[in-house]
Amino acid sequence: MLTVSGLTAGYGPITALHDVTLGAEEGRITAVLGANGAGKTTLLRTVSGLHRARAGTVGLAGRDITRTAAERMPALGMSHVPEGRGVIVELTVEENLRLGGLARGRVRPDDLDRVYGLFGPLGERRAKPAGTLSGGERQMLVIGRALMARPTVLLLDEPSLGLAPRIVTQIFGLLRDLVREEGLTVLLVEQNARSALSVADRGVVLDLGRVVADDVADRLAGDEKLRHAYLGF
Amino acid sequence: MQQLVNTALGGLTLGMVYAAFALALVLIWRSTRVVNFAQAPMAMVTTLLALELIEGGASFWLAFAVALVSGLVLGAVIERVVVRPVEGKSEINAVILTLGLFIVLHAAAALLFGNGVRSFPAPFGVRGTEIGGTTYAITGFGMFTIAAVLVTMALLVLLFRFTDLGLRMRAAAHEPEVARLLGVRVGGMLTLGWALASVVGSLSGILIAGGDLVNPNYMDSVVVFGFVAAVLGGLDSPVGAVVGGLLLGVALSFVSGYVGSQLVALTALVILIAVLTLRPGGLFSTTPARRV
Repeated sequence: MLTVSGLTAGYGPITALHDVTLGAEEGRITAVLGANGAGKTTLLRTVSGLHRARAGTVGLAGRDITRTAAERMPALGMSHVPEGRGVIVELTVEENLRLGGLARGRVRPDDLDRVYGLFGPLGERRAKPAGTLSGGERQMLVIGRALMARPTVLLLDEPSLGLAPRIVTQIFGLLRDLVREEGLTVLLVEQNARSALSVADRGVVLDLGRVVADDVADRLAGDEKLRHAYLGF
Repeated sequence: MQQLVNTALGGLTLGMVYAAFALALVLIWRSTRVVNFAQAPMAMVTTLLALELIEGGASFWLAFAVALVSGLVLGAVIERVVVRPVEGKSEINAVILTLGLFIVLHAAAALLFGNGVRSFPAPFGVRGTEIGGTTYAITGFGMFTIAAVLVTMALLVLLFRFTDLGLRMRAAAHEPEVARLLGVRVGGMLTLGWALASVVGSLSGILIAGGDLVNPNYMDSVVVFGFVAAVLGGLDSPVGAVVGGLLLGVALSFVSGYVGSQLVALTALVILIAVLTLRPGGLFSTTPARRV
């Protein structure tokens, strides 16, 4: 569904991604793992068009999107939930969600109802400023906001960051259900490798901008040497 | 008693003019976090253009419409050509640019329209209104001013609160990158923000000029009062801008009428300092602290 091949990107003299090739299969969760500075966030930013690739291509459902502007991606079916949540605190919960739906041109009430159904706490606080939400609720809001655009591919950057383990389990569980029920394709970037591999089908490990492992999640989790060297558990 | 009423009415009209100017400042602040020091000369240029048309035989209303439309275009062009290259850089760059624009527009206006003092007509009477045998200091143009600013504020609130376009504009202003990821064409929203602000600025230019004398410097004194009004209401809030303008207009009118007109500028500065000390976000600030 999403293919990245030979992707190289960087900032000034620094190269953050070296010739990265990976893919996210339709209806599966693919986790991209690695330490701080491994290039995970740069990967997502380059895939979604926020950052320009120096070389290589990004394909979405067979279409080359390497040079496509970030603001066109939601209409093409790809939503990127950025690191650090990206809640617009000045807007209300519902306004944040509506904004997500506008990528389809118009907000459909049944999309709003679906998100409130998935994330109960958001429905109770729909008229409240998004700045009043807790960390877990904010993560629900940004995922719900991305879902408002009815994406086929969802890019998630560190959704577990700063959340209590119980909330992480809850959010990953919801993600699992979405993938199973709707055939959503997820590219999940995580530093928290243990949680990510528990929910992912496949895992790709990055180290200093290079792919060092790419395998099904169970095998990665079972590889003791790899875990010690790159995944920290 | 009559003096009290007249002082209040004078303040109300004056306050609405400050409010219009403050609204324009607020619109640009909201969309690009820049205090546009070129707002006054931008409005001056479109007002003088309208005056040229009127002197050439056009009706007041045609000239009024041309001023607003040329304001729209001027705002959009300035954002695209002058401000866009420094967007994303330090905000001080854009502020210095608007100061430079202030000087350039003044020079351009002097070249195009001349430096002379001319009188600007008003479409309604500029004499007081008579109610029950007493003449009150509210003119037909004054009432038009009040109505025009209130309608403009209401339209802006409707735009920002209740339309998809307004939602996109707010998102682009607060979180440009997140807005892009949600499919918002942020550049277009910023251009639109400047264009709208410039229309409102042009409106304030006409409202100040109507029934009065104009030259390329006629807006300069309004800059300070409009800025104080915007800060008083909170730079983020259109309603705050109007309330701030009204409070300032009435306060200054009473100072001028009962204390002495030489203290007006001083009073404005005292109010500015008081607001910045006691409530730096302005009376209508609602922006919650950002949690990272």
